[in-house]
Amino acid sequence: MSTVANRFAPYILISPFLILFAVFGLFPLLFSLWLAFQSWEPTSGLDAMRFVGIDNFVFALTDGWFWKSLRNTLWLAIASGLPQHLVALPLAVFLHGRMGRWRNVLSGAYFLPYITSTVAVAMLFSSMFSTDYGLINAALSGAFGIDPINWLWSPSTIKPAVAILVFWRYLGFNVVLYLAALQTVPKDLYEAARLDGAGAWSQFRAITLPAVKPMMLFAVTLSVIGGMQLFEEPFILTNGRGGSDQAAMTVAMYLYRLAFDFNDFGAASALAWMMFGIIAGLTWATNKAFSERKAVFA
Amino acid sequence: MRQALPRFSRRQLLQAGAALGASACLPAPAAETKGQKIQLSVATFPLMDQIVKDCLKTWGPQHPEIEVEIVNRQYDDHHTAMTTALSTSGHLPDIIALESSYMGRFAFGNGLDDLSAPAFGAEAYRSLFVPFAFEQARNREHRIIAMPADIGPGTLFYRTDLLAKAGLKEEDLTRSWDDYVEAGARIKAATGAYLIGHTRLVKDIVSRAGAKAGDGLFFDASGQPAITSHRFQRAFEVAKRVRELKLDAQVDTWFNDWAESLKRGRLATEMSGAWMAGQMANWVAPKTAGLWRAAMPPERTCVAYGGTYYAIPRRSDPAKKQAAWTLIKELCLSRSRQLQAFKTQDSFPSLLSAQDDPFFDEPLPFLAGQPARQLWRDIARSIPITQMHKQNKFADEVVNGELDNVLEYGKPIPEALADAQALLVHRANR
Repeated sequence: MSTVANRFAPYILISPFLILFAVFGLFPLLFSLWLAFQSWEPTSGLDAMRFVGIDNFVFALTDGWFWKSLRNTLWLAIASGLPQHLVALPLAVFLHGRMGRWRNVLSGAYFLPYITSTVAVAMLFSSMFSTDYGLINAALSGAFGIDPINWLWSPSTIKPAVAILVFWRYLGFNVVLYLAALQTVPKDLYEAARLDGAGAWSQFRAITLPAVKPMMLFAVTLSVIGGMQLFEEPFILTNGRGGSDQAAMTVAMYLYRLAFDFNDFGAASALAWMMFGIIAGLTWATNKAFSERKAVFA
Repeated sequence: MRQALPRFSRRQLLQAGAALGASACLPAPAAETKGQKIQLSVATFPLMDQIVKDCLKTWGPQHPEIEVEIVNRQYDDHHTAMTTALSTSGHLPDIIALESSYMGRFAFGNGLDDLSAPAFGAEAYRSLFVPFAFEQARNREHRIIAMPADIGPGTLFYRTDLLAKAGLKEEDLTRSWDDYVEAGARIKAATGAYLIGHTRLVKDIVSRAGAKAGDGLFFDASGQPAITSHRFQRAFEVAKRVRELKLDAQVDTWFNDWAESLKRGRLATEMSGAWMAGQMANWVAPKTAGLWRAAMPPERTCVAYGGTYYAIPRRSDPAKKQAAWTLIKELCLSRSRQLQAFKTQDSFPSLLSAQDDPFFDEPLPFLAGQPARQLWRDIARSIPITQMHKQNKFADEVVNGELDNVLEYGKPIPEALADAQALLVHRANR
């Protein structure tokens, strides 16, 4: 084979990815950055763009719905994300230590919601959350005599409804992550701890927790990013509108709606880049928080 | 000699890139020509595709030089795809079907052809249509950008059995909005049924009553928000009263709870377009046939619920525009086509001559033999002309959000309306 062919072969082989990435990844990214500084009536064509400097960012920062959707997003990210980890870690420890050969079957069962179609899940939950005919209200009424809760149409209950769905969906994913981390912890450490008289809680605190910390950082980082980009579940549960008083409208939903419902692609792009900054900041803060704790445990 | 490479501006590169991206997402366009035939592409959403197909069965053989391809997408997807197609000018269809709620969004750009122009001459047909339907397709520059195909005259549907149990007659519901609410309280007390699915529907229709000629629904004639006007104040008050008396089931149209409530007789009234009779009869609540009647909404508040238009993209192939216009005229101006669409798809004709057919006098079995089409015709002809605004959809949501604040958190109505007004002022000129 000639030297020229040898030289270009790697580039040719990798070109399908590069071309697809350039068209579907890089170009939209750069285009949205360009759009963030433009005023554009999209139905008039690309030549209707007009440079407006930072107007779109100023508009987004002074837009009441942006702040409302940001508050919703933070609420949902915490209410659905925090319990995921508080439940997933002990559950993973339980499955790892007590379930023996059933461990894989059970972790697979917990993982199932994660790989199920979001649309199917959200539609099912829509029926379950039905005020008069839903399973959840029927169960609450039967067990505790609670009056029917208007889950999806009241601003005070729509957020918990979305959080429950998100928690249920991503719990298994975190369980699998923590199980994978637990399997890397040497059993010798636990044996040595037991010989030294350490109880289950001491073993968990002094061995398990530090050992899974890197995985915890990874899982929490994914939850932070996922939580701040939450879109599908509230979108489908609220028919794409965000619910009563837009109580479940996340920032990701709002920027989609700005572009495709309200034709304001410039503001939507500006909002997307602002969210990029917020998510990058929160990811950095998460990393920082875990790093500091590592020093304490060291 | 070294040949100079062609230079592209940033805008040209962006256009090329955007068109490339769009081309990957949209189906291939109809071929420019196939032999001598003109290939027309019509972009529609469900039911409209069927109407075009039905039309082509007889219109096609009469126009052998034209071949039509129908590109059908789900309702929301269709309008999103059309926004993308117009924005990139890539893979544009020759005819676009537009739902009336999207008209403001599409009319305020210049992506659609001016059908008032001599090449089309749409103004000559103005007197042939229900006035509001034709004028609603007029943009800020007073140009007609689409032709009306069908409309949805707003109707009050009510359950006769529930009214009878409460000792009420139709007039008790329709005299005034206050009487409507009062009747709802009596129905609830006598039968346990709710008056309506959601009190937002009451706000929607009451807020349209009394709009001045030339005003929009949410914006005045000068394009400024009109949310603090008396009509919204009253609409909020009536809606609040409905909620205070627990007369709305708090279910949204088309959701499972709503359909189930209709099936089980839990809703005494439904406010919607005339087409809802067909939807209820065919799949929502067919077993309730004979129990419903249609009436003029309270205080003779005539409004439209939906409607469809056909438009021609400005940047579609110029060689095919006249063929596209010919098909649009067939769909909108042919009495027989309009009637066919009404008979097969409950697509209420916007063409006045089609409304004088004896079909309008026939009884409707679902409405216990009531010749309701006559009523819908009267309503259609009384619907006032309102101006479009590109922020209508956003305004609708802002107002709904503030209504939620009033209903859920007891926010004072003047404060809620002022907040909605401020939010719209912030956005009105974007």
